[in-house]
Amino acid sequence: MRYAYFPGCSNHASSKDYEQSTQAVARVLGVELAELPDWNCCGTTGVTSVSPLLSAVLSARNLAIAEAQGWEEVVVTCNSCFGMLRRAGDYHRQDPAMREKIDAALAGVGKKWQGQTRVRHLLDILVNDVGLETIAGKVKRPLRLKIAPYYGCLLGRPRNEFEDSEYPESMDQLLSAVGAEVVPYDHKAKCCGGALMTTKEEVALRLCYEIIGEAQDRGAQVIAVTCPMCQLNLDGYQNKINARFGTNFKMPVLYFTQLVGLALGLRERQLAIGKGFVPVKQVINF
Amino acid sequence: MSTSTLELLPEEGLEPGFAAQVASYPGGEKIRRCIQCGTCSGSCQMSADMDYTPRRILAMVRAGMKKEVLSSQAIWYCAACYYCTARCPMGIKLTEVMFALKSLALKEGYVSLKQHSPAFYKSFYEVVERYGRMHEASLIIGLALKTNPLDFVGLAPFGLNMFRKGKIEILPHGVKNRQEIKALVQQVQRLEVR
Amino acid sequence: MLEEIRIGVYVCHCGSNIADKVDCPAVAAYASQLPHVVVARDYQYMCSDPGQELIRQDIKELKLNRVVVASCSPRMHEPTFRKVCESAGLNGYLYEMANIREHCSWVTEDPQQATEKAKALVRAAVARVVHHEPLFERWAPVNPNILVVGGGIAGIEAALKVAAAGNKVWLVEKSPSIGGNMARLDKTFPTLDCSACILTPKMVSVAQDENITLLTYAEVEQVEGYVGNFRVTIRKKARSVDLNKCTGCGRCQEKCPVEVPSEFEAGLAMRKAIYTPFPQAVPNKPAIDREHCRHFTRTKGKCRVCFNVCQVGAIDYDQEDELVTYECGAIIVATGYGLFDPSVGPQWGYGRYDDVITAIQFERLVNASGPTKGKVVCKDGRVPERIAILHCIGSRDENYHPYCSRICCMASLKLAHLAREKTGAEVYNFYIDLRAFGKGYEEFYNRILEEGVNFIRGKGAEVTQKDGRLVVRGEDTLLGRYREVPVDLVILNTALEPQPDATKVAQIFGIQRSADGFFLESHPKLEPLKTATDGVFIAGCCQGPKDIPDSVAQGAGAAAEALSLATAGKVKISPVVASIDPDLCSGCRMCLPLCPYGAISFNEEKKVAEVNETLCKGCGTCAASCGSGALNVRHFTRNQILTQIEEVLAV
Repeated sequence: MRYAYFPGCSNHASSKDYEQSTQAVARVLGVELAELPDWNCCGTTGVTSVSPLLSAVLSARNLAIAEAQGWEEVVVTCNSCFGMLRRAGDYHRQDPAMREKIDAALAGVGKKWQGQTRVRHLLDILVNDVGLETIAGKVKRPLRLKIAPYYGCLLGRPRNEFEDSEYPESMDQLLSAVGAEVVPYDHKAKCCGGALMTTKEEVALRLCYEIIGEAQDRGAQVIAVTCPMCQLNLDGYQNKINARFGTNFKMPVLYFTQLVGLALGLRERQLAIGKGFVPVKQVINF
Repeated sequence: MSTSTLELLPEEGLEPGFAAQVASYPGGEKIRRCIQCGTCSGSCQMSADMDYTPRRILAMVRAGMKKEVLSSQAIWYCAACYYCTARCPMGIKLTEVMFALKSLALKEGYVSLKQHSPAFYKSFYEVVERYGRMHEASLIIGLALKTNPLDFVGLAPFGLNMFRKGKIEILPHGVKNRQEIKALVQQVQRLEVR
Repeated sequence: MLEEIRIGVYVCHCGSNIADKVDCPAVAAYASQLPHVVVARDYQYMCSDPGQELIRQDIKELKLNRVVVASCSPRMHEPTFRKVCESAGLNGYLYEMANIREHCSWVTEDPQQATEKAKALVRAAVARVVHHEPLFERWAPVNPNILVVGGGIAGIEAALKVAAAGNKVWLVEKSPSIGGNMARLDKTFPTLDCSACILTPKMVSVAQDENITLLTYAEVEQVEGYVGNFRVTIRKKARSVDLNKCTGCGRCQEKCPVEVPSEFEAGLAMRKAIYTPFPQAVPNKPAIDREHCRHFTRTKGKCRVCFNVCQVGAIDYDQEDELVTYECGAIIVATGYGLFDPSVGPQWGYGRYDDVITAIQFERLVNASGPTKGKVVCKDGRVPERIAILHCIGSRDENYHPYCSRICCMASLKLAHLAREKTGAEVYNFYIDLRAFGKGYEEFYNRILEEGVNFIRGKGAEVTQKDGRLVVRGEDTLLGRYREVPVDLVILNTALEPQPDATKVAQIFGIQRSADGFFLESHPKLEPLKTATDGVFIAGCCQGPKDIPDSVAQGAGAAAEALSLATAGKVKISPVVASIDPDLCSGCRMCLPLCPYGAISFNEEKKVAEVNETLCKGCGTCAASCGSGALNVRHFTRNQILTQIEEVLAV
């Protein structure tokens, strides 16, 4: 299985652990990820809030590069990149005025894009292309952890053919397949606040507090995530949350790739486990 | 609530073309179909913190209350979680409308870059414009310079921690073809003139 | 045809409907120059008496033998002008209509383009009418018997009205009892009548009426024939109970060891595998649900409990499905509605929280014969102190059904009243708009307001749990404030939707469906009960969501439609049918399997296909498939259609 791969800005900086575990797991599962040459930022909420058009154009540039190389599908690991690249495709296919503008901007730099490139999340690849049975068959150490899968916003919203916008379940299935016990909870697709953690910290802290709180109430030992931003907010700010709400959360927040990797027999070092803020030792010590 | 008195809405202060302006933005085409059911507000985890609920923002857009909308705090509370868009019974892409309103507020000078939210988004934009990719250190420096550097002193321990874990890059690793990114930004600015 | 062709052309202004866009005098002047046209006039309203008289006079005085009227859709006034021609002694099929309103003036803003198109349409009609031939309508007898499909309130009303007129009627119902959805309701708005109390007398009347043959646990499988002369095949599903022997004593149901969630109780209670759906069922005799009965699901140790306890020997495990045929002149389809399943929207919590229920479940909960004997309680037995009712769940929502389900507003008010009456709970109605459109409805709304029910104008966006209690999130849009209302019980008032088998039913009866999936009436205002198939009528919620008074009115109305056919005793058969030129027919038989009405047969002796004109509906499928050009539909011959197309495209 070969795919074009769009790592996104975070995987080269704040979420190197996601990148490392992604590559490690992909290798074990025979998934080849070919990084797009000279890719650029998807635009995310930052650029979109200043120019809704520019982020569509920036996203389209990445997909145009993929198309020029003959790729029909591009794999991403970050929910925000996933949402933004898909947004460019949706506009290109459904909104003639936007298509015209995107095409014109790309033409200005000698690029062309048909708009048909499929954008897929790595979770989708693991669940639907590699398949749960295959992965279950390669498990060396069943996880035996109680995990709260946290999906966040953009994996299923606004809407796509992969996940449900309200009650996603693909990560539940994947983690169950590698031996974990997943806990059902209402906040699994709620918002962690995203960039509001920088601009409206009070609000974002509350949202994260509610997510971790419910996961803990349901007995989860770990929260599993599919997005660098969710990881940073839930993990990096847990001390602040505890200070603000008088709680004593010590909830490790790991990427789903790290957890799947553990089950596949990879070592903590290979998966960059321990790069988070909340210690994982009391939960994970193989 | 920011409207402290219930006076007659001054008709001369309204901009009848505002709705059309917002509708011309990406995803804005359906705002005239809103039935004011409040599904957006009820689905928004930030509603309680806003000065106007999302539904009310849309009503104000349609009424032409440009100044009030673009000066409101509400639009900066949108985290772009897309719940409103996913659930809207009329197919209105309210998240996209919120992007349009933030963009307009910045472009037409309704907000001060001294405020954290506008300054953050603007700084983010500038980093991407310059390097083609995000670079957190540049972003924080840009944000601090726009607003009040002292506000960010508290971030230092967090930043240091991130650095120790190898999660912050000192130097930006941007795209190689920065000319192309610059050209794209210029193309977009040309296309955005309306 | 050596006779000289003499055409009169009449261009209608339709007040301003056509004349606002089309220059009618110019079109008439243009028409007067066309070949064979003897006279061309324009007039304010061609359909008015003076307009009709114009044509009549010209036919007589100018010896016209062809007429073209350029006006509205043939669906409106084709019969009018056909009769005008006939009253002046001209065969009605020597006339052609050009639609310059729906196809022209109404669909453009540009007067010049409209006028040009009108000229083209008139030119084509003039060229076509030259090739018209006189045709003659025939009459067929009408079978006075009538079939009603669906035993809900609309079907019951229709059957009773037909029977009262003295006609025989078969009432077919797919479940073991008639009564439909109305039987499940507790009270009815706005009068708060007990639903069963007003429905059961009608159900009993059905059972007692000598003119009505009731077939429950039965479904229509095939409809053949045509208006006035239908032949219907009905499958009587094996009930496994001999209705002639069964006394309805109920012992079998008591002793049956298999429990199944009750459809009637909306899953809130269990029924047995042998069951009568509810106490007042008609017929009050059980059926065995073979999908669950252990006599049928087991290969070894087959259960025979009901057989053993039945003292009259009514249990018959060997009974088989039976196909019966019924000949009738008209059919009334009243197959009702289905209910939206709110679990497809996880945000409302249905299926995830025990105390989130649907409106129909609450109807059963509050009903004295329901699973709790009328006690309104939460799943754990607590009496709810705070109840939320969410309107428009699945209705007025592009993600599910864009249409308004009409009855939920008033039903929600009724449920609020019942909830307060039974529990004294604080009740919160989350609504978008309150539509109290019917007689006495606004007054009912006022009454509920006075009773102290809380109204929050905002759709319930989400149901979640906070500190162990259900919370409804939404915006109080009149206050402009976001609210999280803690409650003990949430009632979702779900959309009415087409029956799950609507596609199949529509196919069997030749009914079209509108975009929302409900059955389509012939005309939204003037023919609400007719369908595209002559002699097949619709009534009640299968046509679209409606309340009980409207369903009853439609049931009675459909009965009147069917009876007017039956009483006339004969029906006009259109001469627009297929015909085969035996000299051209190659005998390839391509057309035989294509005919949806089985109207074509093969004459083995002459080796050609032949059309049964009584069965043919003139759809044209055969003509389009005929390779040798032998098949033509009268009045729509190849020659006529091609001439028309050539002329409309000529510049």
